[in-house]
Amino acid sequence: MKAETLARLRAARGERRPVARVAALDGSVDAVVEDGEGPLPEPVLEVARAALKQNRSHDFEHEGGRWFVQVFNPPLRLIVVGAVHISQPLIGMAANLGYDVTLVDPRGAFATAARFPDVAICDEWPDDALEALGVDGRTAVVTLTHDPKLDDPALHVALRSEAFYVGALGSRRTHAKRVERLVEAGFDEAAIGRIRAPIGLDLGGRAPAEIALAIAAQMTEALYR
Amino acid sequence: MADAAVGEADAILDRAAAWAAAGRGVALATVVKTWGSSPRAVGSQLVVDDAGAFEGSVSGGCIEGAVVMEARRTIEDGEPRLLDFGVSDEEAWEVGLACGGSIEVFVEKLA
Repeated sequence: MKAETLARLRAARGERRPVARVAALDGSVDAVVEDGEGPLPEPVLEVARAALKQNRSHDFEHEGGRWFVQVFNPPLRLIVVGAVHISQPLIGMAANLGYDVTLVDPRGAFATAARFPDVAICDEWPDDALEALGVDGRTAVVTLTHDPKLDDPALHVALRSEAFYVGALGSRRTHAKRVERLVEAGFDEAAIGRIRAPIGLDLGGRAPAEIALAIAAQMTEALYR
Repeated sequence: MADAAVGEADAILDRAAAWAAAGRGVALATVVKTWGSSPRAVGSQLVVDDAGAFEGSVSGGCIEGAVVMEARRTIEDGEPRLLDFGVSDEEAWEVGLACGGSIEVFVEKLA
């Protein structure tokens, strides 16, 4: 590995930028792929892009030689807006799935360390919180407050970001009203269409932990499919 | 890949950079393929210096010694190496695997 490759990988890790390192296993090629680009033939770049999407390092063949693509994705992150009953099981499930979780709720009575002992809590207003955290393509955003004053600002930031998953709790009727507000706020159909609502895969369960499971399952699907 | 592996990858890269900055010869060993059951995922890494110090893991313990030896050769001659390790059923049992497996490891010098 070239010293320059190592330096680029480390810099990317420090700034939460996803990168892949591609090497020919005879030692003749050593390159970094970032933003889908790098000094490599197009078919090799395609392999690297897919590997990043799948978060899977693997060997492959190219023009008779053996190659290897190593994925260096930043840790997954989940931002939960709303310290509500569904948040508790969701935070635990997401942590087990490898997510760094941040709980955002400016209402001090909700987001207490006693109710949520094992998670980073942010009591800023949701749009400020999300801007400060920096929502990227390895981040999922879930809004659970049922209160447009809190959910909508978070959705505004999420929809302008590359978040791989944006989910909002609420019935179809609640979501229809939400869509009207987002249209008024200037979001187009494609942006609004990114919101998973009603949230979660349709597993049929209604208990908080069952809804949390449906959300976690949908996040996993969005990550890989 | 479990993201628990992410922090470990950072530690390996940091160690490689620190050893290189200290003027030591450094090689990286990376699991590029596994067959059957294997204790470490593809992409797991080991960093080795010219004195044989190492950090990380490519197998959970059973082949690290051999990988470190080959890595020191790579640091000396600069040549990358592709190593194949079969884990016999007996060894597999000892390292806690139910059914054996094999691992391919790419060793390269940091240059």
